[in-house]
Amino acid sequence: MDKNNRLVVSLSPHQEGDLKVEKIMWGVVIALSPAFLASVYFYGLNAIRVVALAVIFCIGSEYIIQKFLLKYKEKVSAFDGSAAVTGLLLAFNVPGNIPWWQLLTGSIVAIGVAKMAFGGLGKNPFNPALVGRAFMLASFPVHMTTWPKPLENVWSVGADAVTSATPLGILKEGLKAGQTVEQMADQFPGYVDMFIGNMGGCIGEVSALAILIGGIFMLYKKIITWHIPVFYLLSLAGFIGVFYLVDKSADPLFHILAGGAMLGAWFMATDMVTSPMSIKGQILFAIGGGILCGAIRIFGSYPEGCSYSILIMNAFVPLIDKYLKPRRFGKEVSNA
Amino acid sequence: MKRKTQKTFKLGGVHPSQNKLSANVPIETLGLPKQVSIPLSQNLGAPAVPIVKKGDPVKVGTLIARGKAFISANLHSSVSGKVFKVDDVLDASGYKSKAIVINVEGDEWEESIDRSDTLIKDITPEPGAIVEKIKTMGIVGLGGAAFPAHIKYMVGEDKKIDTLVVNGVECEPYLTSDHRLMLERADEILVGIQVMKKAGKVDRAIIGIESNKPDAIENMQSKASAYPGTEVVPLKTQYPQGAEKQLVKALLNREIPSGKLPLDVGCVVNNIGTALAIYEAVQKNKPLVERVVTLTGKKLKKRANFLVRIGVPAAMLLEALGEEMPENTRKIISGGPMMGKALNSLDIPVTKGTSGFVLMDESEARRREPGNCIRCARCVSACPMGLEPYLLEKIAEKGMFDMCEAQAILDCIECGSCSYICPSARPLLDYIRYGKVNVMRIMRERR
Repeated sequence: MDKNNRLVVSLSPHQEGDLKVEKIMWGVVIALSPAFLASVYFYGLNAIRVVALAVIFCIGSEYIIQKFLLKYKEKVSAFDGSAAVTGLLLAFNVPGNIPWWQLLTGSIVAIGVAKMAFGGLGKNPFNPALVGRAFMLASFPVHMTTWPKPLENVWSVGADAVTSATPLGILKEGLKAGQTVEQMADQFPGYVDMFIGNMGGCIGEVSALAILIGGIFMLYKKIITWHIPVFYLLSLAGFIGVFYLVDKSADPLFHILAGGAMLGAWFMATDMVTSPMSIKGQILFAIGGGILCGAIRIFGSYPEGCSYSILIMNAFVPLIDKYLKPRRFGKEVSNA
Repeated sequence: MKRKTQKTFKLGGVHPSQNKLSANVPIETLGLPKQVSIPLSQNLGAPAVPIVKKGDPVKVGTLIARGKAFISANLHSSVSGKVFKVDDVLDASGYKSKAIVINVEGDEWEESIDRSDTLIKDITPEPGAIVEKIKTMGIVGLGGAAFPAHIKYMVGEDKKIDTLVVNGVECEPYLTSDHRLMLERADEILVGIQVMKKAGKVDRAIIGIESNKPDAIENMQSKASAYPGTEVVPLKTQYPQGAEKQLVKALLNREIPSGKLPLDVGCVVNNIGTALAIYEAVQKNKPLVERVVTLTGKKLKKRANFLVRIGVPAAMLLEALGEEMPENTRKIISGGPMMGKALNSLDIPVTKGTSGFVLMDESEARRREPGNCIRCARCVSACPMGLEPYLLEKIAEKGMFDMCEAQAILDCIECGSCSYICPSARPLLDYIRYGKVNVMRIMRERR
């Protein structure tokens, strides 16, 4: 053989698809942008501040951990888009007037503890953004549950905004005080307002419309499949529906539009790293999440249960993957 | 073409870019080299045993090695001349193996071979004689696996074939040899199919062709109408539709059970090229001494579909094209890019199983650096066998071969869909192959 032979010999396949991790992650970032625009519309400069800080903190944490703690020589993965997604989702899950240092704490926990401590992208059992949010909710309960009123003081930055309660918060407090849903009805925003996002809440979760646009974009781009969001929302609606019929609790549509259910179903439960591999498994995962979310909202002391429902189901993923397998070709065939 | 819903297989599959660059180039007969080397092991199963020695004169079609084992095939000289030696020669695997090297003198054919162009439609031999003829003429499956063709028709009394499935799918990107055959040799192929029907004692034959070859579908359809019981079915383009199990599923909606053969669901599957070879063997008395080979690549100025004698060095195809090896060529693949073998030299002979050569440059040849698995489950949804490639990769890498076996690693058809689709460029199929080899070794030891 001549010494100029520079032929590569490797095993097949010799052709690869054009899908890359970066493409998927930045695709999710694009899908999140309608929700970002909605949050800017409703919460103004505060939303920009929170989103920018969270993204910078998350990418920064990953970069610093890889570069200085793990001492990676080359190929730092901080810019592959996954840290940006975590940052965006974390920001979307906090109120607009959250202090920057609390956001920094949440970002470090999300990236450092929930992701990098387990081995980085792909190895984390729990959704990093949700771990960050859960940590912040436990550590800073007051700031995490004080929501600025939408469409007011959008040009000011800081914690001095007029606050408002979330629909789920009103519901929980009202029920505790012994009111019926009918008595509270005039305190709730209308369904159209809830769909568009004109209600109190975390900055990225309020607009169901914007989340839906992003979700459809991800379906179109084949980043996610429809199973998880649809089954999550259906099982939430079904579970709530049973109670609605029995004791006239708030109706299923209210529960889907209120709080983080839409954001959770479309963007958190569908996180590929922390959801099951088989379609059957994904459906079970989503149904379990929806029921848990409904159960926490009705029976729990927190008004909102979406993030915990997903975190709990995350823990079941290895088990689901072990027992729910895809249908094998040529196994248990009937025509043989 | 009509846009109705076309048949395809439902489980898994990917859509690699087609790159059928040589689809419009007619088949051209390649000239003769000075020397050919005919490897003894060209078929799946045992190598043939040589019956010639140095200095023996041979003609085109002279039997030079006999397939003695049950799964083996005869070899015939593809040129006339003198046997130069029986020696180790580099083959497509990258290793040396025994081959019969023949120095070419003239082009004299065995008298028994009918070299005329007349189409012989009447099939006189009885089924048993047809199978014997296929065996004598050394016909193997020309789709790539090179499985001796006669064995498929040696059906036991307890099995019954009701359908002959003819594979005109050619789902591998780049390759166009079957496509060209369906355009240029349709009549002979169709008679070949009638021969196969008679051999298998079946009334029905289905030719599956993917919709990316509308001209081939049209041509075959118009000509097949003259043969009752032979039907052309267009298929939706999807890889790996040419895989036996997927093709039977797509055409007949029958699922071949794990570890079983098409025969177990009443089918025999043969390639378009094989149908032509069987026609020539049975009707024209011609052994398998030549086949169509595609030579293609993005950086080549011209591409070709050559009719090549078995044993011709691959480098000669490039010479015949009148092209230098394009600068920056970093990979040469024997076969298609999804399942073919990468070569480290063009000094290897064309064999019965060679469907084409694909030249790739730096940008195509290099694999990306693998990253972490992000559990996106794309390999799971791409796997046409319903396996979990991400899991098999992980456990094979860790040497957990018992678990590999339990997870049905041997069902893997090595189509490469998982590695193709993986956004992290994980070496999925590489580790699955490693797992398979070890599982098979363990199973042998257990016996």
